[in-house]
Amino acid sequence: MELLDRRKVEDAGIDRGVENLTPERIEKTINAVLGPASARIEVFLQTCMHCGLCSNACHQHLSRNCDPTYSPVAKVKNTIWEMKKRKGKVSPEFIRQMARIAFVECNGCRKCSMYCPFGIDIAFMVAGLTRRILHLLDVVPLYLQDTVNAHAETSNQMRVQPDEWIDTLMWQEEDARDEVVGARIPLDVEGADIMYSVIAPEPKILAQLLGNIAQVMKVAGLNWTMPSTDGWDNSNMGMFTGDFDTSGRIEQLHWETAMRLKVKKVVMGECGHAFRGAVYDGPRYCGWKKPPIPMVHAVDFYHDLIFSGRIKIAKKFDKPVTFQEPCNIVRGAGLGVKLREVMNALCSDFRDVTNNYEHNFCCGAGGGVVNAGPPWTKTRVRGNRVKAEQLEATGAEYVVTPCHNCHTGIEDVLKEYDLKMHTKFILELLVDAMEIPEELQS
Amino acid sequence: MYEILSGPLVWVAFLVFFGGAAYKLVRMFRLVRKEKVTFDYMDTRYGLRSILHWIIPFASKNMRVRPVMTVVAFLFHFCLLMTPLLLMGHNLMWFDAWGVRLPSLPDVVSDVMTLIVICGGMFFLSRRVASPVVSYVTDGSDYLILAIAVGPFVTGFLAAHGWFPYELMMTLHMITGIVWLIAIPISRLSHMFYFVFTRAYMGSEFGAVRNARDW
Repeated sequence: MELLDRRKVEDAGIDRGVENLTPERIEKTINAVLGPASARIEVFLQTCMHCGLCSNACHQHLSRNCDPTYSPVAKVKNTIWEMKKRKGKVSPEFIRQMARIAFVECNGCRKCSMYCPFGIDIAFMVAGLTRRILHLLDVVPLYLQDTVNAHAETSNQMRVQPDEWIDTLMWQEEDARDEVVGARIPLDVEGADIMYSVIAPEPKILAQLLGNIAQVMKVAGLNWTMPSTDGWDNSNMGMFTGDFDTSGRIEQLHWETAMRLKVKKVVMGECGHAFRGAVYDGPRYCGWKKPPIPMVHAVDFYHDLIFSGRIKIAKKFDKPVTFQEPCNIVRGAGLGVKLREVMNALCSDFRDVTNNYEHNFCCGAGGGVVNAGPPWTKTRVRGNRVKAEQLEATGAEYVVTPCHNCHTGIEDVLKEYDLKMHTKFILELLVDAMEIPEELQS
Repeated sequence: MYEILSGPLVWVAFLVFFGGAAYKLVRMFRLVRKEKVTFDYMDTRYGLRSILHWIIPFASKNMRVRPVMTVVAFLFHFCLLMTPLLLMGHNLMWFDAWGVRLPSLPDVVSDVMTLIVICGGMFFLSRRVASPVVSYVTDGSDYLILAIAVGPFVTGFLAAHGWFPYELMMTLHMITGIVWLIAIPISRLSHMFYFVFTRAYMGSEFGAVRNARDW
């Protein structure tokens, strides 16, 4: 059982979790997950030829000068292979190392799964199975676990209280009316065409985005609503820790809210993991094959607004701008083409990156890694040098990040590698670029 | 010895090969039916689309960025599967046993194909030793599997060219051939039939569920 040579990072969640482990508990927990016969696990393990062809998919491996211990297959070796080989008899220190590998050194971006010639779902084994075992062992980064606890306590990721939620919407509605006459954030409108859902950081730290969407909805003349009750948060941190119970509860509440409001579709803000959670993982937790109501990601929604002519572009953003392609909506939903069309519709100097579309690199923050919090920030950004190089090569001044995780991840990368660039959401570009009809101008 | 090897043991090897493959596939299908998040999302069209992109040389980006590996891997696997099937000497045996005659390769072609397999094996071996990424995840079983895969080609080539006593080499050839057949279903060489399903799974997840490309 090899222990890797890594600089120790103190994380109270992981450290205390490891202290409480006993050999019996470790063995029992691992065997409860890996023991029962599973087609996926068996076939994946018996098909892998240890060829290492997955390695050039991984931004963390490439960013660390191709250190072999960071390659995707090495992460499987140091987690699943070892647990299987030793039938669960691994040491607490090994579990500590697994937590670092699964929660920090793998973003679950799924590029390696795609690059494996056999299509072995490597990310499922590292960011899925291994994290599930770590959750059951209570060895989870403190900050990440706290967001899961927040979900469990308040049904949203950031403990936004019900009165704060409504108050924030009213405040943002008021701000929106300063820009667009009659802009509203209609609450609980049964039978509306659209329910708009967001992740908790929007009301908590980026409230202006709510005002922005109110402006856009008014100009586009859409019949929309937001829930005043719990169920408005579409983020899902339980999905990242392998806490199926909390994860399933969150998704169920979100979808039940949409069904209660009898909306025709749910449109969501610019977030990647929330799309994955609501459209793929969530329904599966709830026992549904697909979401009960169509879910439209912001990029898809803006595309429709712009290309249907509901929103007209008056003035394009004229600074050089590039973007980050969120894994969960490009590799995860094929929105790469629409994203470019939106960028070109809104910007006069859009610069594409190399290694793009499904082959783009993760921002380094995805898969809940950003939520592992401050103890891991340095480790995280050092694992994404290739992203800094990729963005710098475009010569752009702005990076558009249509995902909250990407937004934070890219900001951290820009800071670490001292790049003179700034991040923006598409919605910020859209409100500045759209034509506001004369009768709606304030 | 020769009679036992070429008679009953060959039959046993074929039985293990086909029986083992059938057992593994049936087991996989039975298990996967219980996994609600796997089987129900499999999609024939997108599964095939993915397989196609990964069995055509250079049809995926990862193959294009590793041209040497791609050429060697494709030639190695093609020759590894085709040579034993179409070799003149084997063809006579298929005819004796089952009355089936496949097209035979001229000796010089089968010699070249055998050498490709041997050289391909040496390439993989050197990669295992020299590439830090590969050597980090290599254990004894990887060398053993490589030796099993290439063994019959080395012994067959030596036997055919009479560089060592023919009887000895032929006996070794048959032993390595029998091990080859038996090892496929019981080792990671079973990627031979599993890879179609793993690739189809990833193709379905990417194509049918996520509307994205996986090559």
